[in-house]
Amino acid sequence: MIVHVKGIAVMGPGIEHWDALRSHLLTGTPLAPDVQPRPQGSILPGTERRRASTTVKMAVDVAQAALRQSGLKAEDAAVVFASANGDTNTIHQICEALATPERMVSPTRFHNSVHNAAAGYWSIASGSMQPSSSLAAWTGTFAAALVEAAAQCIGDDIPVILAVFDTPFPEPLAACAPGHQPFALALVLDRQPENSLAALRLAVAPDTGLPASAMADPELEPLRCDSSASRSLPLLAAIAAGSTGDDLIFDYVEGLQLRVGLAG
Amino acid sequence: MQPLAVNHHSLVNALGRGTSASLQGLRSATSGLRRCDFLDVGIETYIGRVDGIEDEPVVARLRAFDCRNNRLAMLGLAADGFESAVAAARARYGAHRIAVIIGTSTSAILETEVAYRQRDAEGRLPGHFNFRTTHDNYSVTQFVRSYLGLQGPSMTISTACSSSAKVFASASRLIQAGFCDAAVVGGVDSLCMTTLYGFASLEVLSSRPCRPADADRSGISIGEAAGFALLEKTGDDDTPRLLGYGESSDAYHMSSPHPEGAGARRAMASALQRSGLGPEQIDYINLHGTATRANDSAEDLAVSGLFGSATPCSSTKGWTGHTLGAAGITEALLSCLCLREGRLPASLNTVTVDPDFKMNVLLESRDQPVRHVLSNSFGFGGNNCSLVFGYPEK
Repeated sequence: MIVHVKGIAVMGPGIEHWDALRSHLLTGTPLAPDVQPRPQGSILPGTERRRASTTVKMAVDVAQAALRQSGLKAEDAAVVFASANGDTNTIHQICEALATPERMVSPTRFHNSVHNAAAGYWSIASGSMQPSSSLAAWTGTFAAALVEAAAQCIGDDIPVILAVFDTPFPEPLAACAPGHQPFALALVLDRQPENSLAALRLAVAPDTGLPASAMADPELEPLRCDSSASRSLPLLAAIAAGSTGDDLIFDYVEGLQLRVGLAG
Repeated sequence: MQPLAVNHHSLVNALGRGTSASLQGLRSATSGLRRCDFLDVGIETYIGRVDGIEDEPVVARLRAFDCRNNRLAMLGLAADGFESAVAAARARYGAHRIAVIIGTSTSAILETEVAYRQRDAEGRLPGHFNFRTTHDNYSVTQFVRSYLGLQGPSMTISTACSSSAKVFASASRLIQAGFCDAAVVGGVDSLCMTTLYGFASLEVLSSRPCRPADADRSGISIGEAAGFALLEKTGDDDTPRLLGYGESSDAYHMSSPHPEGAGARRAMASALQRSGLGPEQIDYINLHGTATRANDSAEDLAVSGLFGSATPCSSTKGWTGHTLGAAGITEALLSCLCLREGRLPASLNTVTVDPDFKMNVLLESRDQPVRHVLSNSFGFGGNNCSLVFGYPEK
């Protein structure tokens, strides 16, 4: 299956935006790994911006940036918002509240706890009534989401905004799940080749024991291994470089790998 | 779209284990709802609880996955011969060619809720707590996939109360794209404090058994359920087919539906379009029908706007409760039973239909030939999914 990438956005520790990562990858411009992302959620109306968490703001920020680059309109694109565990702080706060004698869960916190909160905020903010999905597959979340988004783009013949985002859990859950640094990326996928930034050739294949593709950059390899979202880094590097060489291999689910090549 | 055969399925919910229990419940008009007796939850409400989960741990080889949600999943896999039907499919296609896509809204958050109460003086969680195999969103899907010995594409879909309706759409796309030949789809959601106290805080938990579409409806009854289906490209003529799916977003509010049901209508219209059927060809609509004031009013406008006032409709949540992330597949499979049995279920517990409603809400169950059905599932975040099932054209 081949899909075209029309827009790219990324946000992570030391990575302010796609241009910064791209320029680092191509020319070695240093990253500032101590600078944590500060998502604004600027697409959200005031009320929603106050209610939305950092996790949601990261998700909608990358989705908006990638969409802007694509030149497509929000109301024409479906969205796939994927994250291993969604709004980690809200889940922690609810479990904390339920451990008190009062067990008071605020209504806003409750609706923010659904895994599709980011997708919901996106549709409210953008006005798009197109389909939206939210999924998870542990460290294979990026691969699973790319497969789902590509299948929807081609099968349902609609551009798809794919956003994958992970934020760390606070204590005491911090050590329980991968993802100790916030990271988010978005790709706008389309079946039409016009203005394509890259053409991705996707294949799902049994795990042959080959390891997932690593980052050549020693600064970025630990970040790649951190979360499900950051496991996308080798694809971003390949798009920046304009080639993959051999197909890239991504962690997916047990017994299975996702292979991605850049098509001519 | 290319229809998909719903060749095997299983159901476990408050009506009991297996399809026969659900069918018997629907026939006898006996609700599975009971006064809330879950843990020490002190909320005046009714729940659709599955009996016996506490006494049946998951199989020893997957012991690390033991928790209420995965136990419920296992009850579903063990029911209706589903497990052996999948084993036969695995032999036909190969483990790598069968996808596993499961919907859940809260996974096993109950384990974390309980573990937070057991934190030590330093705030550390108890040693037995295993996040990945219980609460993590992918846990239930990984459990199902491991239990069935499948190795195909896999993910958890979590879009609140539309989760396990959307699994049908995703399975259809993955099969269409050639990423797999068949798919096990499902939904599993179990009782937990987050949803009971969360819906209570929104003031939408009814203190009585829920009464969908009733003039005097006062909110939802939460239930728990597991449901699974094996979807394949071919099947016998008398096997129901997934004929269409439609998905949409409300773009309106995080926890209230669009007041005119605009998103719901769009999802239904899209499902009809994919199925190639007109509204007049749908013999029965299984409503989302949660029994909140806002949901049922919005759904009435959407349904009557698209279908007029003739098409028979009902909500089956009076039997099972609102099973949240498992509602989509539970009601999709109950709709398939309507096809098979030629029976339209009444909206149980509904006494007087809201006089403002224009849709045709059934107050009495009835037997009649049924060829095509539509099932609605709408969730928080304005996430909508409608499914059309029917028999293949001869």
